[in-house]
Amino acid sequence: MIQQEIALVPKMTVLRNVFLGIETNSKGILNERDVRKRFNEVNDRTGFNLPPDCLVSSLSIAEQKKVEILKAIARNAQLLVMDEPTATLPDEEAAKLIDIVRGLRKSGTTIVYVSHFLKEVLSVADVVTVLRNGHLIQTTAAKDDTPESLVVAMLGRAMSMSFPPKCFPKSDAPVVFSLEMLSREGNVKDISFEIQAGEIVGLAGLVGSGRSEVARAIFGADRKISGTIKVDGQIVKINHPQDAIKAGIALLPESRKTQGLLMRLPIGYNVTLPHLKAISKHHILLKRKETSDTIRLLKALDVKPPVPNERVDSLSGGNQQKVLFGKWLFQRPRLLIADEPTHGVDVGAKLAIYQLITSLAKEGLAVLLISSELEEVIGLAHRVLVLRQGRIVAEFKDNPDGSSKLTENAIMRAAFATE
Amino acid sequence: MSENQAPNAEASAKTLKFSSFKFSTLRQYGIIFAIVAVFVILSTMTDAFATKRNMLNVLDQASQVGLASLGATVTIIGGGFDLSIGSVYAATGCLAAIIAKAGHPVLGLISGMFLGLVLGYLNGLIITKFQINSFVATLASGLIIRGIAYVLTDGLLIQIKDERFAVLGRGYIGEAKIPVYFFFGFAALVWFLLAKTTFGRYVYAIGGNEEAARLSGIRTDMVRTLTFAISGFSAGIAGVIAASRISTGQANVGDSMTMSAIAAVVIGGTSIVGGEGAVWRTLFGVMLLQLISNGMNINNVPPFYQLIVQGAVILFAVTLDAVRQRKT
Repeated sequence: MIQQEIALVPKMTVLRNVFLGIETNSKGILNERDVRKRFNEVNDRTGFNLPPDCLVSSLSIAEQKKVEILKAIARNAQLLVMDEPTATLPDEEAAKLIDIVRGLRKSGTTIVYVSHFLKEVLSVADVVTVLRNGHLIQTTAAKDDTPESLVVAMLGRAMSMSFPPKCFPKSDAPVVFSLEMLSREGNVKDISFEIQAGEIVGLAGLVGSGRSEVARAIFGADRKISGTIKVDGQIVKINHPQDAIKAGIALLPESRKTQGLLMRLPIGYNVTLPHLKAISKHHILLKRKETSDTIRLLKALDVKPPVPNERVDSLSGGNQQKVLFGKWLFQRPRLLIADEPTHGVDVGAKLAIYQLITSLAKEGLAVLLISSELEEVIGLAHRVLVLRQGRIVAEFKDNPDGSSKLTENAIMRAAFATE
Repeated sequence: MSENQAPNAEASAKTLKFSSFKFSTLRQYGIIFAIVAVFVILSTMTDAFATKRNMLNVLDQASQVGLASLGATVTIIGGGFDLSIGSVYAATGCLAAIIAKAGHPVLGLISGMFLGLVLGYLNGLIITKFQINSFVATLASGLIIRGIAYVLTDGLLIQIKDERFAVLGRGYIGEAKIPVYFFFGFAALVWFLLAKTTFGRYVYAIGGNEEAARLSGIRTDMVRTLTFAISGFSAGIAGVIAASRISTGQANVGDSMTMSAIAAVVIGGTSIVGGEGAVWRTLFGVMLLQLISNGMNINNVPPFYQLIVQGAVILFAVTLDAVRQRKT
């Protein structure tokens, strides 16, 4: 079983994780040499080239995913259940993973592959089964299916997979946010860019290129070495997320479970947490106002069910993500930084989030969109900045007249430096 | 959770609805059932139990652990642990007695409470500045604080003759002893802080997920430090009450205070992983432990058995909490 979320022991080495519980031993004493030999065998078979003595916690998420696969292979798994194996991976890593899945299939392993990515499913599967609300809807041969036919089966109705139409900001729209020469630890250097009111700027790049690092430094979540931030033309000093929030910057973090939401706490607590000043008087909470404002917001965002007292973890992933949006829209920010805003949500919620981002920009918000799904960045952003090794290496502008160079190919070339 | 699993979970939740409803009620309000049950059983066993005099006595006996457990409630909801409660309890009593010995009994009592606040604040600073696990940090600071208490008193009992010193622990207002008022007064204060103020909301937030709280703009270090200050303060008040009650400051008291306080919080149903809990739970937790021990005293059960029963009750409460965490 390979799950969507990583299930490894972070403080142990790759080798220890792969053979956890199945170490070669005689009477409880480890046979180190044999374990290493077995590790090299599986490592070679997959072509992963993972370092056996690295701590798992020091690896990227993509590499951790590989460790999980090695773990399954080392157990000679005959049946492999993979739940959203590529959800946390950038495109090029995902492609590699799919090759591996194909290889496993060739060598006789049976694979149950659970995924939201319909193209991926169709490219890898022999047979596709669609479930809806816990019921089996259909099982068909993959070669007879198209993404559209699967969407119809999943939703029970046809739905366009397209993005909402882009509404371009006027060229003289005021600059809401500007960043000059941001540098921080982790190899991010000299990042400068501006975002106009109503503009959606995409930040693309491979995993490890520094996308989230830039976002966190802007927001004051991590320390920066240098950099000047202006909101509406005013220089703001940001050393703590509190400073950023005061300046009108909101960050929808990469991981809603560990950074975004308080999963065990009520929905209402989550939504109002950054805004308690607005719903309190002399530090005493105005609960009635809190509840009514929260319910109104949850209804506007179509969170189901819109009940502030329920715990967040009682909601589905898509609704949790909407709550996370609600948290940053309780008071309108000037700049919304959305890091992987559709991570791990279903098709319906995804479309709702796309529409939300588009309409927020239309209202005059500046949006910085970070996503590993290039389709999403291209479909939503007016302008895309490509990061490589912590620097901006390319900028692509989408033009209303359709004469744009904003394509997946161009972005990938810039991200990989193959130009 | 994967999106694909959600509909399944919903469906199974529907079929389980009836049985899980009863179970969740037990989990949520089990402490109330337990108190009622214990009360009924003990009342039928002895006539001396359900009397006004005995109940006032129970409240008085509960007041010291009660105060300490109110402080522990705040740190535990905030995702921390204060293991220095017992040492602070001893040290503050000692300081109060030393100052009283010098001829200032009232100043001594006030200084003792204040010392608790300061020690708790220092605990908080150490934990947040050096980013140490609070469990270990307060284990260490507790040793230091108790050591200082021994040094200050030279390991001797400091006995106070001045009657004014004894008023706090032994005086009455109406029919109840003064410590009972401190207990309920402090409970009201902590309840207000946790349930009604922005600070309280921040405490729940850092206990629920400190990183998410920080990314929501909360000064998590400051909030955490204050939770330990409150804990120290409550232990300080309990400490001077104890010294006043027996007119003695001594460094070797309060060994079991830390664990009793934390036990009361847990028995009430406040989760040890933080982010959840309430003051009323702690009040019930304290009373349950106290009623059991009182009832066993009245029925002449040897004290050794009381330990066994207490331990069993704590295990039961923690198990319920663990089941709850797994379920959701």
